[in-house]
Amino acid sequence: MIWKDRRYRALLFQALALIGVIAFSVFLVHNALENLARRGIATGFDFLGSTAGFGIIMHLVDYTEASSYGRAFVVGLLNTLLVSAVGIVFSTLIGFSVGLARLSSNWLVARLAVAYVEIVRNVPLLLQLFFWYFATLIPLPTPRQSLGWGEAIFLNNRGLYVPAPIVEPGFAAVPWALIAALGGVVVLLRWNRRRFDATGRTLPVRSISAALLVGCPLAAFGIAGAPVTWQFPELRGFNFTGGCVVIPEFIALLLALSAYTAAFIAEIVRAGIQSVGPGQIDAAYSLGLKPAQTLRRIVIPQALRVIVPPLTSQYLNLTKNSSLAVAIAYPDLVSVFMGTVLNQTGQAVEVIAITMGVYLVISLGISLLMNRYNRRVALVER
Amino acid sequence: MKNSETRPPSAASDQPMIQMAGVHKWFGEFHVLKDINLTVRRAERVVVCGPSGSGKSTMIRCINRLEDHQGGRIVVDGVELTDNLKNIEQIRREVGMVFQQFNLFPHLTVLENLCLAPIWVRKTPRSEAESIAMKYLERVRIPEQAGKYPGQLSGGQQQRVAIARSLCMNPKIMLFDEPTSALDPEMIKEVLDVIVSLAEEGMTMVVVTHEMGFARTMADRMVFMDSGEIAEENTTREFFDQPRSERTRSFLNQILSH
Amino acid sequence: MDSRLPAAFPSILASPVTLIHWMRRNLFSSPLQIVLTLLALWIVYWSVLPFIRWALVEATWRGESRGDCVAEGACWVFIRARMGQFLYGFYPEPERWRVNVTFLLPGALGAPLFLPGFKRKLGLAALLLFVYPVVATLLLAGGIPGLPRVETSLWGGLTLTLVVAGVGIVASFPLGIVLALGRRSELPVIRALATAFIEFVRGVPLITILFMASVMLPMFLPAGVNFDKLLRALVGVTLFAAAYMAEVVRGGLQAIPGGQYEAAASLGLGYWKSMVLVVLPQALRVVIPGIVNTFIGLFKDTTLVLIVGLFDLLGIVQAATTDPNWLGYTKEGYVFAGFVFWIFCFGMSRYSVHLEGRFRVDDKENRGLVR
Repeated sequence: MIWKDRRYRALLFQALALIGVIAFSVFLVHNALENLARRGIATGFDFLGSTAGFGIIMHLVDYTEASSYGRAFVVGLLNTLLVSAVGIVFSTLIGFSVGLARLSSNWLVARLAVAYVEIVRNVPLLLQLFFWYFATLIPLPTPRQSLGWGEAIFLNNRGLYVPAPIVEPGFAAVPWALIAALGGVVVLLRWNRRRFDATGRTLPVRSISAALLVGCPLAAFGIAGAPVTWQFPELRGFNFTGGCVVIPEFIALLLALSAYTAAFIAEIVRAGIQSVGPGQIDAAYSLGLKPAQTLRRIVIPQALRVIVPPLTSQYLNLTKNSSLAVAIAYPDLVSVFMGTVLNQTGQAVEVIAITMGVYLVISLGISLLMNRYNRRVALVER
Repeated sequence: MKNSETRPPSAASDQPMIQMAGVHKWFGEFHVLKDINLTVRRAERVVVCGPSGSGKSTMIRCINRLEDHQGGRIVVDGVELTDNLKNIEQIRREVGMVFQQFNLFPHLTVLENLCLAPIWVRKTPRSEAESIAMKYLERVRIPEQAGKYPGQLSGGQQQRVAIARSLCMNPKIMLFDEPTSALDPEMIKEVLDVIVSLAEEGMTMVVVTHEMGFARTMADRMVFMDSGEIAEENTTREFFDQPRSERTRSFLNQILSH
Repeated sequence: MDSRLPAAFPSILASPVTLIHWMRRNLFSSPLQIVLTLLALWIVYWSVLPFIRWALVEATWRGESRGDCVAEGACWVFIRARMGQFLYGFYPEPERWRVNVTFLLPGALGAPLFLPGFKRKLGLAALLLFVYPVVATLLLAGGIPGLPRVETSLWGGLTLTLVVAGVGIVASFPLGIVLALGRRSELPVIRALATAFIEFVRGVPLITILFMASVMLPMFLPAGVNFDKLLRALVGVTLFAAAYMAEVVRGGLQAIPGGQYEAAASLGLGYWKSMVLVVLPQALRVVIPGIVNTFIGLFKDTTLVLIVGLFDLLGIVQAATTDPNWLGYTKEGYVFAGFVFWIFCFGMSRYSVHLEGRFRVDDKENRGLVR
């Protein structure tokens, strides 16, 4: 009986599944094309060259209303990457601090950390975003009554105004000085390592490296005659001109993403450190290692193996969550492309496909890198 | 294997290596160590036995300050154990400990496990540390495993590496907290053999164990703990042949019945 | 390094001596700790105290209209005045009893499931799983004699949040299990399809899925077939949650030793029987925390439906803050909504911890591994 044979049944089952999926897809595509034609909406990716005709309040590259939709896409993408990158940095700093605080022997500090995590984790991110934006940043005073520090930094409901640096020709020396300092640090570390292996003595390399990395560029800066002028924001009429402005939408999104993700990172850090058995610490102490040495050489290497995979997950979550920008009109990729551009062109399929494609590339790329890292650092067992 | 009865008495020196006087310890409300008085002299081998929960592990963990004590005094090689960090670090350099769960560092090779403390605590140059490590690996009879990771070794091999790791710091005292309790039966002998050979070289040691045959041949003195107190303390021969207290007798009956 | 949380309060309140002793050990044990404690106290002073003053001490609780809010603190009158809308959305007032019944019913019917001694658990669960959704839909949507029709566009507030979350949870659970089984299947086509679906859905933000469901779904259907706006969002949320649920279940399936599969097969159980009777019960139990976490995430994600035009609790509160009669009370609105969400999510996470503990005890007793 052919249909009882396991292999043939398996093949038949798969063939049916495949046919089903393909038939379903054809059905969908056919309908889509018909509906689009009926409404007179174009297909294809030519629209990327057409004029956008709308402004964007924050653009890291040049953009005007005469720019193309393709350019608008790039602007949105850069805004997404910017808020995600800065968010990752902030949330990591806050998350590690809170995670370590959670393990502190100080009762008050530990409890505060627990309260932070349990509150922030259990309230929706969108709500926290609204809170930061509508309840905190929008009610800030108008430009004429800004909160100010010195005559340089101003905070109002249009944003955070800071002085903008204008570099003059002599500034080129500074990045070169930094590169030279980096090279010097690498050489120093290598030499110190060799000396330590041979004699057991070491120099305070961390302080020296820090001094080099900060001092050399500073020295170059001074020698070149301080080749930077600052353009201060000035109040003209009802608003500020000059200087650099960080829009409140960016600030709100950054704060919400960082605070929210930090709560999850804190738990990951805590679990990672606690995964290192107390026996490891006992063994290290009984060999005479100091607590700082134990932390650096025994606890952290093992804890990191447990921390890094879920940590990268959280970074990806943060990047995807940045799409909530559309709710407060921060011009990220979703807001600009899947919002405005889609509305104007009506080419939903192409626009949504491109947007999803971007996020997929980011996600899968990070996942691949992470798998490679995991395989490399896995503890070797029988 | 000779114990102290047949060895000339001058073999043990006068200054005690470990002195515990009137030591008390509480875990919260629970009184886990009650008036512990114990003296261990140089080159002496003391075995501590007793039922689970009697405080044996806690007691020896107090000796290298893995646990603190709330009452009494503990003096190790002339240095008193207090909250003074310098004293604690000094004592930990002189006292080696071997754990029931081995506690090898899984992310380092066997050789790196052994070299870690000499390099970072005694500031030994790496090449010197490595030759010391190989010497002790040969001592415990597994020099070929130097490049392997702990996860690749058997339980008996891991425990021998743990012993070698402690020896690399050149301790004056070795503490063993149930070193064979987590091992499969066929691997217990190889570890006990190493401990016995250490004892023959004159190492001062305190061993918490259930292996009574091993204790009988190796120990100078036996200590029996029950419910946080030292219920009986005696030379080995008298401990096994003429136990003084009833508790000791019933414990020995249970342990030695198979 | 002490990785245990320091001792809790009650026992130390026995006398002033123990209190001071406790404070010295847990708050002031070293110079660094003193600095940290002072820093922590400053944080409490700067953030927690003003909040308590605003929300409780100086707040206005009674009144009818805006004019009653004269104090410095929060104006909870705003919440009380709009409570009906926050809870039921635009659901007509005379029909609101239907919503109450719909949400109290599973509580009443499902309570026996939590009693350890109850006999007919499987039957009751089946009743809840298959009969209740039909009853709930009829109650809420109406359209049958005696229950006038209420369009889904009128559903809103906490009602809508619970509908989206409930449907999402109930529908994504079996779908996630099927996807997880598919991903671990030995048939390459099935595995490829399942993996592709899961990786695709997990790689994109929920917003894009919702947009896709809202905007593209009508386009993919033959002309004339109309899709209710709520239904589109439900499809999007369910598919999204199912992909994450699939990964959680897959983790559980991987944790089951191969010997279990082999034992079931050698007893003559076919694929589906061994899955349902042997593997899944064990796998699901192992990943209960992961499952509840996914549910909690789904509950929080329901707020995103406001972006596609539905008025869940957050959406309704958001809209209420723009009412000309009640301008300037955004803080009160968001604090209220945040509190409601927090109660649900925190409650679910506590329940998950409780479940974990219970199942672990059961396991130990069954296998005699109590140490």
